[in-house]
Amino acid sequence: MPKKIENVGCPYCGVCCDDLVVTVSDDGRKVLEVENACAIGNEIFQHASSEGRISLPRLRQPDGTYKDISYDEAVDYAARVLIKAKKPLIFGFGSTNCEGMAAAAKVAEKAGAVLDNCASICHGSSFLAIFDNGYPSCTLGETKNRADVIVYWGSNPAHAHPRHMSRYSIFPRGFFTGKGHKGRKIIVIDPRYTDTARVADIYVQVKQGQDYDLFNAFRTVIRGEDIPDEVAGVKKEQILQVAEILKKARFGTIFYGMGLCHSDGRNHNVDIAISMTRDLNDFTKWTIMAMRGHYNIAGPGVVWAWTTGYPYCIDMSKKDRAYMNPGETSSVDLAMRDEVDAFFNVGTDAGAHFPIEAVKHLKKHPWITIDPNICMASEISDLHIPVGIVGVEVPGIVYRMDNVPIQYRQVLNPPDGVISDEELFERIHQRISEIEAEEGITQTSAAAAGTQTSFVGE
Amino acid sequence: MKTVTLTLNKQPELYLECNDITPDAFAGKTPAEIAAIEIWEGKQKIPLGDFFTVEGSAGATPAETKIVVAGDCTRVKRIGQQMTDGEIVIESDVDMYIGGWMKGGTIHVKGNADSFCGIGMEGGELIIDGDAGHHVGAAPRGEWRGMKGGVIRIGGNVGNDTATFINGGTIVIGGDADIHISTHGEGGTVIVKGNAKGRVGGQMVKGEIYVFGTIENPLPGFKKIETVERDVEGVQAQFDHFIGDLGERHPKSKGQPVYAHLYVKA
Amino acid sequence: MSEIIIKNGFVFDPLQGIRGDKVDIAIKDGKIVETTALTNPKTIDAAGMTVMAGGVDIHSHVVGPKVNTGRLFRPEEKLFQNIKKTGSRMEMGTSIPSVYKTGYDYARMGYSYVNEAAMPPLHSPHVHEEIRDTPIIDISAMPVFGNNWFSLEYLKNNEIENNAAYTAWLLRATRGFGIKIVNPGGSEAWGWGLNCANIHEPVPYFDVTPAQIITGSIETNEYLGLPHSIHIHPNNLGNPGNYVDTLETLKLAEGYTAKNAFGRTQVMHLTHLQFHAYGGEGFNFESKVPEIMDYVNSHDNITVDIGQVTLDETTTMTADGPFEHHLRAVNNLKWANVDVELETAAGVVPFVYSANNKANAVQWAIGLEIGLLAKDPMRTYITTDHPNAGPFTRYPRVIKWLMSQAAREAQMDAFKHRDKVIDVTNIAGIDRELTLYEIAQMTRAGTAKALGIADMYGGLAPGMDADVAIYNLNAESMPSDAEEIEKAFSRCAYMLKDGIVAVKDGEIVAEPAKRTIWVDVKVPENAQVNRDIYEHFLKHYSLKLENYSLFEEHLHNPRVIEVNAAE
Ligand code: SF4
Ligand SMILES: [Zn+2]
Repeated sequence: MPKKIENVGCPYCGVCCDDLVVTVSDDGRKVLEVENACAIGNEIFQHASSEGRISLPRLRQPDGTYKDISYDEAVDYAARVLIKAKKPLIFGFGSTNCEGMAAAAKVAEKAGAVLDNCASICHGSSFLAIFDNGYPSCTLGETKNRADVIVYWGSNPAHAHPRHMSRYSIFPRGFFTGKGHKGRKIIVIDPRYTDTARVADIYVQVKQGQDYDLFNAFRTVIRGEDIPDEVAGVKKEQILQVAEILKKARFGTIFYGMGLCHSDGRNHNVDIAISMTRDLNDFTKWTIMAMRGHYNIAGPGVVWAWTTGYPYCIDMSKKDRAYMNPGETSSVDLAMRDEVDAFFNVGTDAGAHFPIEAVKHLKKHPWITIDPNICMASEISDLHIPVGIVGVEVPGIVYRMDNVPIQYRQVLNPPDGVISDEELFERIHQRISEIEAEEGITQTSAAAAGTQTSFVGE
Repeated sequence: MKTVTLTLNKQPELYLECNDITPDAFAGKTPAEIAAIEIWEGKQKIPLGDFFTVEGSAGATPAETKIVVAGDCTRVKRIGQQMTDGEIVIESDVDMYIGGWMKGGTIHVKGNADSFCGIGMEGGELIIDGDAGHHVGAAPRGEWRGMKGGVIRIGGNVGNDTATFINGGTIVIGGDADIHISTHGEGGTVIVKGNAKGRVGGQMVKGEIYVFGTIENPLPGFKKIETVERDVEGVQAQFDHFIGDLGERHPKSKGQPVYAHLYVKA
Repeated sequence: MSEIIIKNGFVFDPLQGIRGDKVDIAIKDGKIVETTALTNPKTIDAAGMTVMAGGVDIHSHVVGPKVNTGRLFRPEEKLFQNIKKTGSRMEMGTSIPSVYKTGYDYARMGYSYVNEAAMPPLHSPHVHEEIRDTPIIDISAMPVFGNNWFSLEYLKNNEIENNAAYTAWLLRATRGFGIKIVNPGGSEAWGWGLNCANIHEPVPYFDVTPAQIITGSIETNEYLGLPHSIHIHPNNLGNPGNYVDTLETLKLAEGYTAKNAFGRTQVMHLTHLQFHAYGGEGFNFESKVPEIMDYVNSHDNITVDIGQVTLDETTTMTADGPFEHHLRAVNNLKWANVDVELETAAGVVPFVYSANNKANAVQWAIGLEIGLLAKDPMRTYITTDHPNAGPFTRYPRVIKWLMSQAAREAQMDAFKHRDKVIDVTNIAGIDRELTLYEIAQMTRAGTAKALGIADMYGGLAPGMDADVAIYNLNAESMPSDAEEIEKAFSRCAYMLKDGIVAVKDGEIVAEPAKRTIWVDVKVPENAQVNRDIYEHFLKHYSLKLENYSLFEEHLHNPRVIEVNAAE
């Protein structure tokens, strides 16, 4: 009898839909049907039960081929790489649960590694802005229940977050928003006329790279000061019109995306958006939210903040303490500057997402990929360790784009013998302790004693 | 003043972090003691003497100590961090954080410096003959109490995010500056002898900026109020005087709002 | 199994009325036992030292989303962090420490139990993840109710049974401990950028007043017979003149008596009273502590904690959204805000308390006056509303100020506006110096009793948990230098958790398992409440009911307190 599992969370995008109904085969090996998900959400479940999953770690051989090895051997290899490296980098966590992230932090601390997540190549600039200016935000249910004005700035949910508009922002009817879409004004600000712009009441075409200037103009007119006739390609009349709508809203939310984080000035675009949100709260109620990409990419920021005080780019090479300074301790910068000497690619594909120069630098050193699937990173790795797919084969807590924790369920059994990220990292941690004990290295003297050569050839 | 000369005699595989190459750490020490000072390469703690030859001798106090760093220091970070007095001369290019959180004394870099030089500076003088990277004289992440005092002079160009959250002190840039100067500033002075790319004085509350060249993209939050004659860095010239950022909050003094001032050579 | 006897110490155990006598404390299998029950114990010689039960903190913000936002958005306070690692994990942060530093520092001060003061129900899985990772100390967490739409709707019509059924459901859903109320009605109003100016101003659209929410919550609490009373952060925090609102709030408890099986006698715990005891207006605010403490002293059904300002740079964080918004306009610093659907609204703003600032110095004096004018130390507790008025790591300093008039005077002399501060406060005229017995009342015995957990924590009677703190203080010849008091309470000589030595000579030596304490209440089936829950989740929450309640696997090492309100 196929089994129907309800209230399943979708392990794809930051919308974190938790209303999926997944029908699985008798043996718990195959997804037969997924209800309520969007097309990409559906795809992620189908993909999980496709053929071609690997179920054993694979170690690169001198002839360049991969050979299957046991998890014990893989764990030992990973532990020794971490001990030997002067500054290993553990990066990724785009598709890991929080339990796995907590375990990874434990390993990174023990190994004196830099711990970083995909935010450092996407929404990291949001963190920089939060450090400098705060984050007046809300949960998505607040927007659904109260918002009468919605701004999408540099984000295109119609493509990247398909159910965002229907679940939380434009269309739903909430407690104070019984009219749904009819009761809301939608403003889209983007250099491109996106599919999201099509549903907007007002579309503002900002010149590429000049978002900061446009925010500056909004803030200036909100304070009653004058601005030039055109700013960032937008006419003064339209700026005044939109500013008036913002001020008169009862409750508004600005959802911003990579359009802000990835154009010139990055964090400053988000920073001034936060400043504008602060300003608007002198008139009425406004909130702002980052459209985080992956379903649990908010997770590492949350978990590592309680662990180390920092959300990303965490340099723990001093072991007693952590240090963070994106621009220096951020993965791509570390790679480009040749500042790390071992690389762990976890639940992401740095092979595809990092600049080619960065990949070349990293390839000079041991590269280990921890991921359920074969990807570009796994194909250039020295070691590929498969793990269960979170949200499909492994349950756990994930943080939605508004930092609300959602408890994800297991719907399938992982391939025989495949373990979770959490278990893998716990075992690596354990193995490092064992090796250190065997070799008589204490935590702090491991590096100081110049033992970097003593593990060569093991 | 006594001089210690450090010569980097081999390149690290990664980078060296040398926050104890300061007159403060060297003062009163013998060359052997200086060679035993710990530096870091990744997670490894190493005696300074493993990478540098140490010659000469330190003075009794930081004020009487001069340090000359020779050899190719492009992979050396944090020289002069938190120094309070004395002098450091770096003969080559150098990596990040030179003169970070510096409180007094002087540092002279004869080449280029990478990012974060003079970050969180409180006093003293930092001179870079060549170019500098990003975040010159900026505040560290999250800190609203940015540069408080001292002088930074960059001979060449700088990257972006100069003087973020500046509260005091002076930064003089001989060449051009990339985007973001004195963002969130609440004091201090930045002088750009060349051109500024844009976002000059955004979210700025107080303080002054002078630009001798042009601003490619001026912000709408700055309003021209007059043209004035000024003597800046020994140059007498006419400047267009703007106040701003009109989009930002401004404190009041004797009932009048206090603005940031931007002067662009007319 | 393991046996320990603690010999020769001066024991202070207010729950048993032991006032510094030399009593041997016997421990077996994690519990306090009669000395006769031991066969071959290890001895800890506590000669010349003070022995108390493990500290019990009634109000502190240690785990959860807003604490973590504070950690995340203050990298600058960790910039030059350099603490040698002694426990199993590194220790980061100052005003808002990492979970590891939190656990270690509490243990070093001899504390074994912390009651997390505000859990947004929607975020309970987050709270429990952090509890899991906080070493050594037992933690309970109070879900916030005072702006919850269910409660607002039930209490508008005084539907106590319905509110009780909902409360029981939410305590179970979140594995929570008791009823926390923060700025009743005001945080819901903040959903529209508004606030409730006083306890009589109705909540926008809900047509219920803060006063109704408070009395309804008391009735709910006593109907259920929970271990703890309602725990309230009243309206108008921090505003000069707010002592009027505070007195009005306290008076709402009149006529109610505690009904419970846990030895609790109060029906209202009013937290961080320091922030609510201001007279005057604008910058001319003044202490109204005598008026308030007169009331507290003469009403047995009330307990309070201080919320002492410690004159440090810190990070404020409360589920009082409008207050944090107000604060960000005062100091113009970064501001985080999270409005939580149907439930609450929290804000976070860094704050620098300074001895050079008159207002901060007045706040300092007001806090200490509360402790010093307390007639019943079993009902007045030491807190800093961590991290709001200062980090919990300053408790030893607060104890010093309470125990030493000389230390208070030294601090006052360091004030820039000393005379002006003395003018508007009463601190200069108070020569009381609290005793070790009174400190034990204010930090463990009293707090454990008020939380309704005095059968397990806060005392050293046989049968209780073997959580013991041994301080390097000779009760018979107390040091003349008050700094020694601060030092002794900062780093205890020994801290035992469940009979295991976790701290020795001020340092972590073991990390015994910690627990999550929660309250499970049986109530009669209530079809209406079930339907209301179903409806709100169907229409208004942004996630499914089935994913809201904490999954069993996310509850770590639980200790459940069962309450039967079904009969
Ligand atoms: S919107 Fe995102 S979370 Fe929802 S079903 Fe689609 S991919 Fe999954
Ligand atoms: Zn509190």
